[in-house]
Amino acid sequence: MSSIAEKVVAGDIRTVARLIRDIDDGMPEVREVLKELYPHTGNAYIIGITGSPGVGKSTLVDQMVGHLRQRDKTVGVLAVDPTSPFSGGAILGDRVRMQRHSMDPGVFIRSLATRGHFGGLTQSTRSAIDVLDAMGKDYVLVETVGVGQDEVDVVRSAHTTVIVVIPGMGDDIQAIKAGILEVGDIFLINKSDREGADKTVSDLRLMIEMDQKKYEEGGWKPPILKVEAVFDKGIDEFLEAVDQHAAYLAKTEGGLDFRGNRNKVREELREMVKARLLEEALDRLTKSGEFDRAVELIVEKKIDPYTACEDLVLPVSKQ
Amino acid sequence: MKQQKRRVRVMVAKPGLDGHDRGARIIARAYRDAGFEVVYTGLHQTPEEIVEAAIQEDVDMIGLSSLAGAHNYLFPAVVQLLRERGADDIVVCGGGIIPEDDVEKLKAAGVKAVFTPGTPLDQIVKWVEENVSPRS
Ligand code: B12
Ligand SMILES: Nc1nc2c(ncn2[C@@H]2O[C@H](COP(=O)(O)OP(=O)(O)OP(=O)(O)O)[C@@H](O)[C@H]2O)c(=O)[nH]1
Ligand SMILES: [Mg+2]
Repeated sequence: MSSIAEKVVAGDIRTVARLIRDIDDGMPEVREVLKELYPHTGNAYIIGITGSPGVGKSTLVDQMVGHLRQRDKTVGVLAVDPTSPFSGGAILGDRVRMQRHSMDPGVFIRSLATRGHFGGLTQSTRSAIDVLDAMGKDYVLVETVGVGQDEVDVVRSAHTTVIVVIPGMGDDIQAIKAGILEVGDIFLINKSDREGADKTVSDLRLMIEMDQKKYEEGGWKPPILKVEAVFDKGIDEFLEAVDQHAAYLAKTEGGLDFRGNRNKVREELREMVKARLLEEALDRLTKSGEFDRAVELIVEKKIDPYTACEDLVLPVSKQ
Repeated sequence: MKQQKRRVRVMVAKPGLDGHDRGARIIARAYRDAGFEVVYTGLHQTPEEIVEAAIQEDVDMIGLSSLAGAHNYLFPAVVQLLRERGADDIVVCGGGIIPEDDVEKLKAAGVKAVFTPGTPLDQIVKWVEENVSPRS
């Protein structure tokens, strides 16, 4: 093993932190390290937490970390915040709610920006999860704002996907229905200290029950739980639901091993191949000058973009 | 995993009991608008917490903000802890209500720059661009 992989497996914080940066920055060297780390992965339980901005995801993650630590479990956290489309910069503020754990050697917290990932946010986050898994964390919690498809895909690659809503989010629940209702394994009504929590529970229940097909096939029926993250209420019940979901998953193909489930492997590999092919092909076309030549030809009206695209892609794909 | 241009990552932290966070938030926003990734720690951080977070976040710089007068202890403590952790490649700068005499003392202690009230944001951003580069 390379010294980097060795240090990761030994839990060296600085090495892990730097490796995640290299993954995020798309440094090609990390591929070799990830290959070496792979045999050390597959032990962590991954929980994805998503929901609209401000519903209390970070506060919830903070409490989850607290409760998991009481159970003597080690925890890694990946908190994803949006990159500004204007500047490319980002304010990563999730950590504010979790800082009380920063001195705990059993906890590793990392903030990530969505950037405009070429290989997909899902891919780089997936690799970062592998790193935290290989460093020996029992749980990896991933927080994303559930707005874009990318962010939703990220939490979907977890063992348990948690959707957080708050009371009175009538319209938002409609929005959830369109996008992420299908991917929720557990629904939490956070801020249940506020009015309307019970109504939100029944609204959600109705919507989930319309998803009949899933249950007829003996699928998992997502529980809807009320919590108050900031007051540390309902967290144990929530973590019990996570345990139950884990027990359910253990009976499905591959059990808790992602890379033992054909559908999941197919999906992951497809994404990886797609990103790599695109990268290699574009790289070659750019370096050879063919790409820029095509741009010129289109601008000079000598060729249409459809033909140009074909001329570029067909020779590459035939190789 | 296309190689992207490395993004500058910085942390803005509020050490000690000082509750004035307006300046820190404004600085965080200015950094974001300059294209940096900014980890914000929130209020009431000990130097130990700041340094640990900076290492986990792999930032290139820590910006400390203090308006309550404890900078002479808190800022050098952060520099010292970074050294102890072998992480003194992380640049430290700071700002807030800091008397001129103290500015020199802080610089001697390893704080690379200090920005006092009224400093234009452009200047604060430009300093980072000229003095902090994403690690190779
Ligand atoms: C607004 C304010 C408050 C607000 C704070 C709101 C908030 N959430 O921030 C409130 C009303 C809550 C408050 C309370 C108190 N305040 Co007050 N407050 C101020 C005031 C008027 C303005 C501060 C401010 O927001 N400025 C605007 C921001 C943008 O400027 P800035 O923070 O200085 O930042 C600039 C630079 O310093 C620099 N900078 C700052 N941080 C950083 C960090 C980095 C990395 C970089 C690169 C640059 C940088 O860049 C910024 C842009 O140029 C100042 C007086 C003053 N004129 O500064 C007193 C002042 C800071 N407060 C003071 C005091 C004593 C208090 C109180 C203890 C009691 C009181 N007397 O009111 C409490 C304690 C609060 C607490 N828990 O700590 C004193 C501090 C004295 C001292 N240093 O010893 C001051 C100086 C007033 C005075 N002359 O007595 N305060
Ligand atoms: N009343 C009430 N407020 C809460 C509860 N949980 C969290 N909050 C508050 O909601 C606000 C947002 O909390 P965060 O944890 O930052 O929310 P978030 O979903 O992580 O926010 P983003 O990451 O910005 O999308 C904070 O002020 C919390 O204190 C709760 O159970 N009840
Ligand atoms: Mg958050």
